[in-house]
Amino acid sequence: MAETLPIRETAQGSAHARHGSNIGQPVTRRDGELKVTGAARYAADHRPPGLAYAAMAVSTVARGRVAGLDVAAAKAHPGVIEVMTPANRPALAQDPDAKHHPFMFRMDLLQNDRVRYANQPIAVVIAETLEAATEGAALLAPRYEAEAPAATLADGEVFVPRAVGVGSPADLAVGDVEAGIAGAVHRVMATYDTPAQYHNAMEPHAIVAEWTGDGLSIDTPSQGLAMARGRIAGLFGLKPEAVAIRSPFLGGGFGSKGMLSGPQVLGILAARLVGRPVKLVLSRAQMYGPVGHRAPTRQTLRLGADGEGRLTAVHHHTRTASSRFDDFFEAASDVSHTVYASPAIRTSYDAVRLDTGTPLFMRAPGEAPGSIALESAIDEMAAACGMDPLAYRLLNYAETEPMSGKPFSSKALRACYEEGARRFGWEGRPLAPRTMRDEQGLLVGWGVGTATFPALMFEAQARAVIRRDGRGIVETGAHDMGQGAWTAFAQIAADSLGLDIDAVDFRAGHSDLPDAGIAGGSAHTATAGMAIHHAGAAVIARLAELAMGDERSPLFGAGNAGVVARGGRLLRRDDETRGETFSAILDRAGLAEVEGKGSSSDGGPAAGDYAKHAHGAVFAEVKVDPDLGQVRATRLVGAFAAGRIVNPHLVRSQYLGGMIWGVSFALHEKAVVDPRTGRVLNADLGEYHVPVNADVPSLEAILVAEEDPHVNALGIKGVGEIGVTGSAGAVANAVWHATGVRVRQFPIPIEALIV
Amino acid sequence: MKRFAYVRPSTLDEALAAGARPGAAYLAGGTNLLDLMKTGARRPDVVVDITRLPDLSAVTVLEDGDVRVGALVRNATLAADPAFARAYPAIAEALLSGASGQLRNMATLGGNLLQETRCAYFADPASACNRRRPGTGCDARGGENRLHAVLGWSEACIATHPSDLCVPLAAHDAVVEIVGPAGAREVPFGEFHRLPGDEPQVTTALEPGEIVAAVRLPGHGKAFAPHARYLKVRERTSYAFAVVSAAAMLRLDRGRIAEARIALGGVAARPWRAAAAEAALVGEVADDAAFHRAGELALAEARPSGENAFKIELGRRAVARVLRLAAAGTPDFAPALPASPFASTTGVALHG
Repeated sequence: MAETLPIRETAQGSAHARHGSNIGQPVTRRDGELKVTGAARYAADHRPPGLAYAAMAVSTVARGRVAGLDVAAAKAHPGVIEVMTPANRPALAQDPDAKHHPFMFRMDLLQNDRVRYANQPIAVVIAETLEAATEGAALLAPRYEAEAPAATLADGEVFVPRAVGVGSPADLAVGDVEAGIAGAVHRVMATYDTPAQYHNAMEPHAIVAEWTGDGLSIDTPSQGLAMARGRIAGLFGLKPEAVAIRSPFLGGGFGSKGMLSGPQVLGILAARLVGRPVKLVLSRAQMYGPVGHRAPTRQTLRLGADGEGRLTAVHHHTRTASSRFDDFFEAASDVSHTVYASPAIRTSYDAVRLDTGTPLFMRAPGEAPGSIALESAIDEMAAACGMDPLAYRLLNYAETEPMSGKPFSSKALRACYEEGARRFGWEGRPLAPRTMRDEQGLLVGWGVGTATFPALMFEAQARAVIRRDGRGIVETGAHDMGQGAWTAFAQIAADSLGLDIDAVDFRAGHSDLPDAGIAGGSAHTATAGMAIHHAGAAVIARLAELAMGDERSPLFGAGNAGVVARGGRLLRRDDETRGETFSAILDRAGLAEVEGKGSSSDGGPAAGDYAKHAHGAVFAEVKVDPDLGQVRATRLVGAFAAGRIVNPHLVRSQYLGGMIWGVSFALHEKAVVDPRTGRVLNADLGEYHVPVNADVPSLEAILVAEEDPHVNALGIKGVGEIGVTGSAGAVANAVWHATGVRVRQFPIPIEALIV
Repeated sequence: MKRFAYVRPSTLDEALAAGARPGAAYLAGGTNLLDLMKTGARRPDVVVDITRLPDLSAVTVLEDGDVRVGALVRNATLAADPAFARAYPAIAEALLSGASGQLRNMATLGGNLLQETRCAYFADPASACNRRRPGTGCDARGGENRLHAVLGWSEACIATHPSDLCVPLAAHDAVVEIVGPAGAREVPFGEFHRLPGDEPQVTTALEPGEIVAAVRLPGHGKAFAPHARYLKVRERTSYAFAVVSAAAMLRLDRGRIAEARIALGGVAARPWRAAAAEAALVGEVADDAAFHRAGELALAEARPSGENAFKIELGRRAVARVLRLAAAGTPDFAPALPASPFASTTGVALHG
């Protein structure tokens, strides 16, 4: 069964149909009413008949082995059905520690008694109620043989990873960095620390799993349905078609739901063990371990500049950490490939292994920590050169991508700087720090940061249909993480078919639909959107073929002139008074419907010839209490250029959300880890601070026009992650400008500003 | 979750009887107890919901001018009581600076007094904590202790009391009215919360089975109303516990200080009354020099319990600042960001 939103037809659709286009319209999100009325059903809202509830018991040590579990006590608890441990966990067809390719991540599925990180699942209790399962898990009272864990970047042996991020080289250089620094007039060398950060999507990972004959029926949030289905099929020795995953809504993903996580598989195993449908929902605290996180980094920037301030060398070195049992290295240095022009650039990495869950993708992986360090260092160099930080960035503007030498497919960054600076009121900013005060005497500072994020494309498929009644159906297994995929893809689908948005049934969020790729890398709209675009075009081509070859059609013989689809009609491109409806064409052909398929992949023939990135400029004002050190980001203006904007309303929300994430990165967000035990001490939303509304009183995002003829036929770049970049650095730089204190530890702690 | 009996008495006698059962815990707003039950730090056998008890939800002006606030008065209710806020503005400001709007709607006065420390090791049953389980040790020593106590701590425990509300209550010389199996009694606010010493598990003067019935505020405290402020330094602008907080109340007489009250929050296992600093201010001109000296005196005995030496200097500065704010006068309206350094209380009109 495909998922279709039960959406009422709206007046909006017909209004913008008059403009001949759905793309570009600020359509209100189509799932909004379902969400605000509680009608949208998330994974954990499902309660199939016979449902049992599972609770994980998780390790309170970071390294060692489980020496004992009081299974009898847990089983004796009223309502407990079964306790799943390594002793009775149903067999898997595949070793959860197998790694057939770099993006197959090892899972903890009770394969043995080893503990490799705190909060690792060590047993699952299945009961008639959530309360009984939870207490059963507590009654297991595990005993451990604990070993001393490696918990911080200062622990353990340093090594150079084979690759970082998504297969980037761990050492890459252009030009002679050492010569560039040696010959420089101005030099900056500084080290910046960023902490481990953990995923806190409003919806924790959850699964309702039910075995049906030989197959599996699953409700679980996913940013990558096809990959999740393949992973489950592999683990359980099933054909992918036997696995049905419904994921119409996610309460946020941010990368944590891109890869299937171990706890989701444990829910499936629990259902198999008890022969009933099982619901397993992670507690907030249980998110801090098995579902990926952002690893800490220690980044050292070495910059050289000539007498006029032009960069002569950039060396961006990152030390980060992966888990002891798998590889994911936060590619923080790579942002320096792209942003600032320099004849010599080197990016390098080393790493340690920690007894943590494997770090994984978290909104702007690599770019977020990399950007705050690079933007801070560039600011330090601007100060060393006695230059305004914006002027300094313009002086070192990259006309071509510095590391690759490739031209940019498009780059409206100058316009972002200009429009952002004008709106913010940057002009007249005093050069010296600690010179601005507000009427209360609070220190005021202004900072800027450059935002950038790659415009990626992955592979996806879509299917489109036009029916004889004139309506369209478009299907792709796309993912709405809350960003508005239901709406943006429906807009693309409508344009691809030449229909009004309300004349298209758009189906997504189900693994039976064509593979929409992954909702990650800020690439979902472009990737699945292009598949939709091609599927729609295939249908229209088929209709055109029917009409142009039929002498009863007013389009007969349009031939080389061609036709266009608009408003449910095909029209002659050279004479739009001549045309007919889709229905008429299908009626005459005696067809119930025509179908087309489309796919997308990374780029066209010229794809490799260009550097493809979205860009932006973020301006921040902070106020700092001169005595008490408390900081508040009082004003942010971000101007972003990301190619064609499918829905400005949704895109603005993405930018604002990213900018708030940037404020969080600079000022608030941090996993507090006990260095002795490797345990996260603030695994709850009360103590793991992210900004509250009062922390972001004024945010503005400007959508800067940009046309990109190269990224894809629709000209779409991504918008989901870029807002984090630039913003964090802008806030940090504003703190320096307010106080004169350059803090190189994030989030900026209050004690650093009590001077 | 552990199975427990839930009882909801409708009379005080019933409540006290239920509270005498083994493993009983009183439940009011639940904003702290329920969290601790979820982590497993508290595992009561009987939860005695006292929210339906009569006579504990009123704010009453007594004949002698004292104000009696029932233990079940919600934080949001008390903060929104205009007469109360006029009489005790620093208390109202502290209330509004605490937690979040939702939590203030649930949290009660009595529960606020009795809330546990926010030390992460206390809330975590897998950690050593003398306060939670006597004799097990203190994982906060040598662990994560950036926000822990700098005053009144012991080798056994370096936890702080996290309350905002209790800070001005301490400054007001409030009296805690207690009812229990042995009858009613009163405890001065300054003696209600205990410093850890060798018995950190004994956190208050309450005996087993006793209930906080009310807090009584001396009527004399209203004399401070024109110069009473609360200041809270925190790591985000709302919904965060204080790194350091301070309440200050002054009576001024022709520019000189006739009487001063100062208390600090987030620095010790109880709201910390700074008596020496208060005494030193009497007779002084109300200026920054005097306020800075008061800050020095207030933290004179402070010493770090870990990576938290910065809190000592921050405490000094917070005292100096809140005294300056108090001297400048209580604003006519509560600031939009109560107790915040960003409250915008000078130079601009508040609320139009």
